Amino acid sequence: MAMLEVTSLGISFGGLRAVDELSMKIEKGGLVGLIGPNGAGKTTVFNMLTGVYRPTDGGIRLDGQNLIGKKPHEICKLGVARTFQNIRLFSGLTVLDNVKTGLHNEISYTLAESLLHLGSYRKKERQMDEKAMELLRVFDLENVAGYQAANLPYGKQRKLEIARALATDPKLLLLDEPAAGMNPNETGELMETIELVRQRFGVTVLLIEHDMKLVSGICEYLYVLNFGRLLAEGTPGEVLSNPEVVTAYLGE
Amino acid sequence: MQKLKKYAASKAGRDTLISFGIVIIAFAVMQVLRSFGMVSSLLESLLVPICAYVVMAVSLNLTVGILGELSLGHAGFMSVGAFSGIVAATCLNDLVPFAPLRLALAIVVGGICAAIAGVIIGVPVLRLKGDYLAIVTLAFGEIIKNIVNVLYIGLDSAGLHFGLLQQGFTLEEGGEMIINGPMGVSGVSRISTFTSGFVLVLITLFLVLNLINSRSGRAIMAVRDNKIAADSIGISTTSYKLMAFVISAAFAGMAGTLYGLNYTTVTATKFDFNTSILILVFVVLGGLGNIWGSIIAAALLTVLPEVLREVGDFRMLIYAILLIVMMLFNNSSLKARILEKRGMKQMEKAERSGKEGA
Repeated sequence: MAMLEVTSLGISFGGLRAVDELSMKIEKGGLVGLIGPNGAGKTTVFNMLTGVYRPTDGGIRLDGQNLIGKKPHEICKLGVARTFQNIRLFSGLTVLDNVKTGLHNEISYTLAESLLHLGSYRKKERQMDEKAMELLRVFDLENVAGYQAANLPYGKQRKLEIARALATDPKLLLLDEPAAGMNPNETGELMETIELVRQRFGVTVLLIEHDMKLVSGICEYLYVLNFGRLLAEGTPGEVLSNPEVVTAYLGE
Repeated sequence: MQKLKKYAASKAGRDTLISFGIVIIAFAVMQVLRSFGMVSSLLESLLVPICAYVVMAVSLNLTVGILGELSLGHAGFMSVGAFSGIVAATCLNDLVPFAPLRLALAIVVGGICAAIAGVIIGVPVLRLKGDYLAIVTLAFGEIIKNIVNVLYIGLDSAGLHFGLLQQGFTLEEGGEMIINGPMGVSGVSRISTFTSGFVLVLITLFLVLNLINSRSGRAIMAVRDNKIAADSIGISTTSYKLMAFVISAAFAGMAGTLYGLNYTTVTATKFDFNTSILILVFVVLGGLGNIWGSIIAAALLTVLPEVLREVGDFRMLIYAILLIVMMLFNNSSLKARILEKRGMKQMEKAERSGKEGA
């Protein structure tokens, strides 16, 4: 059984059919890309997978468990984490605290312990610090751990967002245009990081991306959306040579 | 010593040390001055209100600065705390003759009642955001004021009696009226003292600063900074919003009890919209999310109007001008430049460290 099963998923906003009859299957450990022209409904799919939008029809199952109708924070607890197209960090918190916030449900203690700093507070905070620093080291961010997140340069903000998502210990990681706004060097570095993350943390990755170099470089399987419908699917080689896909991207 | 230095170097540690430092030094100085009889009776009468307002400011800072939701009805929770605390203190009059203990119990009751009010108001209100939330909290503040204004509570041998109408509200022989509708409370024994106020401020600071530097505090600030992102990493945004709001209400209630038990007469109209705004001014002036700023602002702005009484009619004019000047500084390019410089430095360092890493 596939890890993530999406069956004839659809959503309407008033009269607009943003996504229609979308079916996907992602195997455990896979690295899958979701591509398509602007406005094809890719981010809407992510928003449905994470519970931000409630689909009008269709089903989403993660390891056999139904995700439809669950709240975003419940879906996160079930093992789905994501990043955002327009970076959403906790800009007032430090880099370290951003990641520690991601560990919210991983390492937890009660409100009373929060208020009094008694009981397991010290132990748990130390565990959080260690785990968060470990994640920051993976992304080469340990030198800036004490900085306010808003003061990081763009590329590092992207990395921090991925680190924060990984802190929730997800089974499935959704990356929404991780390479947006990056130069070719940074993109290359990002590809390595994604590959590393997949091996080291054993997560399954679904990513939205426009950078074809990145997509064809690391994705094992691609789904192409156009006007909310599935246009094609297959390995990068198959998909990118598909005339329909080329037309959708470049026009007639 | 080494440990302390390291602690002071972190932002959280610095804020904690400054906050406690200000309060403890201020208390010590006041006590010394008092023992030499150098404190005017005017200032003497302000000591407990200052403590109450400091707690109010810290409590509202939790809602406005840490949770990031504008509340315009905070005096309502103060009112709930004041009157429930007074009722509790009156009921315990014979049971607990030791005044400080009676005050402590009353403060706990006041805090709990305000927290309950916080839940009742928070559940519907926190569904809103921004301006809408502010207006609705304002409305709830007025509702609390008007309910207390028609509330009759009396104590006799049969126990406590509640009523919202004067007609038909009778007590047995020897019964005592505690809250008498629009006339409020009168003839309460004043059991609040400067020392008890100081202790309450310390407890509030301890709990609020602990909360900020904890898992729950980070979750609350995450909700403030980005609700969708907080949701996406598994934080239940509604429950953390409610948690912060209720804790804030509880502290406001405790401050209210301290305040109420400092006077023999208290009426509901004391806790009106003006009081809510006054406390909001403390918070904004001290800096959103800055706890020690709230402490200083609350203390200064409570003393200032009284000290300015000497200049008579110009009192409120000077007060207003001072507020404007301080706000201008708070929002000035000078301060912005200082902050920007710090931000730029961090950014540059981050860039550099990135290059070294590559």
